[in-house]
Amino acid sequence: MDKVVRMSSEKGVVIFSKSSCCLSYAVQVLFQDLGVHPTIHEIDKDPECRDIEKALMRLGCSTPVPAIFVGGKLIGSTNEVMSLHLSGSLVPLVKPFQANLC
Amino acid sequence: MNSTSTHFVPPRRVGIYEPVHQFGMWGESFKSNIGNGNMNTPSHIVIPANNQKLDNNLSEETSHGTAGTPHMFDQEASTSRNPDKIQRRLAQNREAARKSRLRKKAYVQQLETSRLKLIQLEQELDRARQQGFYVGNGIETNSLGFSESMNPGIAAFEMEYGHWVEEQNRQICELRTVLHGHINDVELCLLVETAMKHYFELFKMKSTAAKADVFFVMSGMWKTSAERFFLWIGGFRPSDLLKVLLPHFDILTDQQILDVCNLRQSCQQAEDALSQGMEKLQHTLADCVAGGQLGEGSYIPQVNSAMDRLEALVSFVNQADHLRHETLQQMYRILTTRQAARGLLALGEYFQRLRALSSSWATRHREPT
Repeated sequence: MDKVVRMSSEKGVVIFSKSSCCLSYAVQVLFQDLGVHPTIHEIDKDPECRDIEKALMRLGCSTPVPAIFVGGKLIGSTNEVMSLHLSGSLVPLVKPFQANLC
Repeated sequence: MNSTSTHFVPPRRVGIYEPVHQFGMWGESFKSNIGNGNMNTPSHIVIPANNQKLDNNLSEETSHGTAGTPHMFDQEASTSRNPDKIQRRLAQNREAARKSRLRKKAYVQQLETSRLKLIQLEQELDRARQQGFYVGNGIETNSLGFSESMNPGIAAFEMEYGHWVEEQNRQICELRTVLHGHINDVELCLLVETAMKHYFELFKMKSTAAKADVFFVMSGMWKTSAERFFLWIGGFRPSDLLKVLLPHFDILTDQQILDVCNLRQSCQQAEDALSQGMEKLQHTLADCVAGGQLGEGSYIPQVNSAMDRLEALVSFVNQADHLRHETLQQMYRILTTRQAARGLLALGEYFQRLRALSSSWATRHREPT
């Protein structure tokens, strides 16, 4: 789906979530803790929500939300983000997108 | 045997006509008397409320018993012309009703006995739980098949968890023995992997149980009281795990020290993120339940929308266990086999001490003063 491709290719960390999804919120908090300001797309506020969900599933997400993209590449859902972070691989991945502190 | 089982008598003969629907609860033996194999269709049996009028005429009729059923239906149309047939049918009805009442009485008595037994068992379970014992193994011998939550998925989990703890204790013992003796690295590696897989097995069990009753897993009721004190989303805190393990490794390489440091930090960050997500879930759930007008006595819509939100709780429990899994996995990766073995022994013994603490605390008042 073009819209999803476009939205996910935005610079930095992109998170597809739903306003009611608390796990998406947890992922958001984690990225913020790492000094990253992710772009959040709350798909339940989008009229094409169903199509977006289907597109995300087709791209390989086990659940439509949360779906995390870094630099246009699909990372996965909460599971993948947590695994990456604990293995120390998440920080290098988001380093180019960390907010400048100076 | 005829297929219809509706017995009826013209209203003028009998004062009260009382359909009895709930045959199902009175047990199988009732079926044959009704002659109706299908328990779903309610049969109507006349239970005359006032027998006195009819008794006088029936002393010679009762000896006929239940014979002549086919005849009754042949003459259905002409009951008014044959009072004998009516009397016989009335007697049969009374007999059937009497037997039914006796069976019902027996069944109710059985229910009462079972109920008392259930209360007794529940009290025993509570007592045992307070003492910090695992009562999982007792459940399968309960003839009523009830568990604390009356949920077969949870009953199964409690039983499995009892076995899991036994196996855990055995593994800890073995680790202690081999670490104080001599064991080659290959065998030790096998023991370590077995121990790791044992923890992962628990997470799988919890995932299944969470689908059956997430509140049960969240409450930690399957753990001892001291363990419950440290509960975080249905289990131990991953950061606590690291706190327990780390003092046991005095000789770490620089790389290990760096890796452990990073792991501690990322573990804490992940934990905090999940904690905040849980807080948000609590707030949204509370808002949901409190929605609309409170005090009006109507709550069905609020309960229904809260039900949707509760599904998220299962995801959180799974994520928390995933975090525990990954923390264990990373420690295993960072440490050498021997260090991992010592770490697992330390962790296992830590939980054993917590369980012992629960028992001691529960029995402290029993000591004579």
